[in-house]
Amino acid sequence: MALLSARDIHKKYDDTEVLKGIDLDIEQSEVVALIGASGSGKTTFLRCINLLEEYHQGRIELEGESIGYTASGRRRKLGERQISAQRAKIGMVFQSFNLFPHMTAEANVMLGLTKVRGMSNAEAADRARHWLDRVGLADRRRHYPYQLSGGQQQRVAIARAVAMEPRLMLFDEVTSALDPELVAEVLAVMQDLARSGMTMVVVSHEMLFVRDVATRVVFMDGGLVAQSGTPDEVLHNPQTERLRSFLGRFHGIFGPV
Amino acid sequence: MIAYNFNWAVIWRNWDAFLGALALGLGLAVVSLVIGTIIGLFLAYARLSPSPWISRPAWAYVEFIRNTPLLLLIFFVYFGLPEIGIYNLDKIQSFILTLSGYAAAYMCEVFRAGLASMPRAYGEAAKAIGLRPWQRQRHVVLPVMFRITLPAVSNNLISLFKDTSLAAAIAVPELTFTARQINANTYRVIECWLTASALYLVTAYAIAIALRQVEKRYAVVR
Repeated sequence: MALLSARDIHKKYDDTEVLKGIDLDIEQSEVVALIGASGSGKTTFLRCINLLEEYHQGRIELEGESIGYTASGRRRKLGERQISAQRAKIGMVFQSFNLFPHMTAEANVMLGLTKVRGMSNAEAADRARHWLDRVGLADRRRHYPYQLSGGQQQRVAIARAVAMEPRLMLFDEVTSALDPELVAEVLAVMQDLARSGMTMVVVSHEMLFVRDVATRVVFMDGGLVAQSGTPDEVLHNPQTERLRSFLGRFHGIFGPV
Repeated sequence: MIAYNFNWAVIWRNWDAFLGALALGLGLAVVSLVIGTIIGLFLAYARLSPSPWISRPAWAYVEFIRNTPLLLLIFFVYFGLPEIGIYNLDKIQSFILTLSGYAAAYMCEVFRAGLASMPRAYGEAAKAIGLRPWQRQRHVVLPVMFRITLPAVSNNLISLFKDTSLAAAIAVPELTFTARQINANTYRVIECWLTASALYLVTAYAIAIALRQVEKRYAVVR
């Protein structure tokens, strides 16, 4: 059974349908890159997975458990308590870091551990230290977000999400807001996570990263999955004109060989 | 040529009375701010409620208070409550009730603006780690909102402190009332009012400086 399975996901904003029936299965330890032009629905789909967006039709299951909505009978949103518990199994990292600005790096990581996982402060501090160390910020534990660079903030955000030991990690264009020289340090942390077997869904425009780290690339176009396959298949053998022209923007690195 | 002979000895003789009265006024302002903050927070959430049955009454209360003179409210509560059978409030309690209710309306507007200007990003990050709705408010939204609104809260405290002078109208022995009494007993008009003014000025300014330090300490939201 797939770790995550999405079936026929439809989402509308008013009269505009932005997701027109997404089907996607993600296996344990896969690193799936969602690529596509802006407006293709990749970020919206990512946000549907942990219920930051509601969707109007379709079903998402994590390890067989229906996420966000009732599994059978009339389609109904689950209670806040249940949705919160489900979100705790899915980590998410945002484009704009979204660290809690009034807390140190360490406290940012600890909050979910103590309040959601019910750990003692000592346990949570231990684990926060472990993960901040792992993302290379052992010496920045007591710093507040405003005292950290964008790359450092994003690494704290990754530590905060991963420390919860989620079943699945979602990355929403996590390097798009960074200065070019800070991108590599964040990608390195993500690559390290991928190697450790973490299941990841990554929305990214970093095509070299996608090529080297993703186990599968999914090209989205107009709210649908247009092509899906290994990086080699998708990046070097685009099956549609849309994908060819999308890849053409990356200065001829990709496209038909 | 001004023909006025200053006699500051009168002031020094009554110095303790001045200071005691000042302390009372400050106490009234702080207590009212605390109560007003708590009520104001509930009012702010009520005003942001999607249900008109909750948001409309809160809106009406805030507009009523903000568009009515404080002195009138003080009289209304002090003379009005006994008329409807509530006798057990002394004048200090009556004044605290009024000033708290008055502060609540202003704090409501401060908090409402603070909550409305909160970036959604923080709430979403709190959702993403699995915090429940109340936990998100308690650990993320409110702490950030308080820090954002701290300068406005400081201004309100200074305003409330100066507004305590209106308690003189119902004979609460705060600074303005006390200055008037000493003035009546000694006929030292200029000295009494100069002293009272100076005490208000110095205290309000000291509060401003102290709170600026607090703001700096907590200004981690940039």
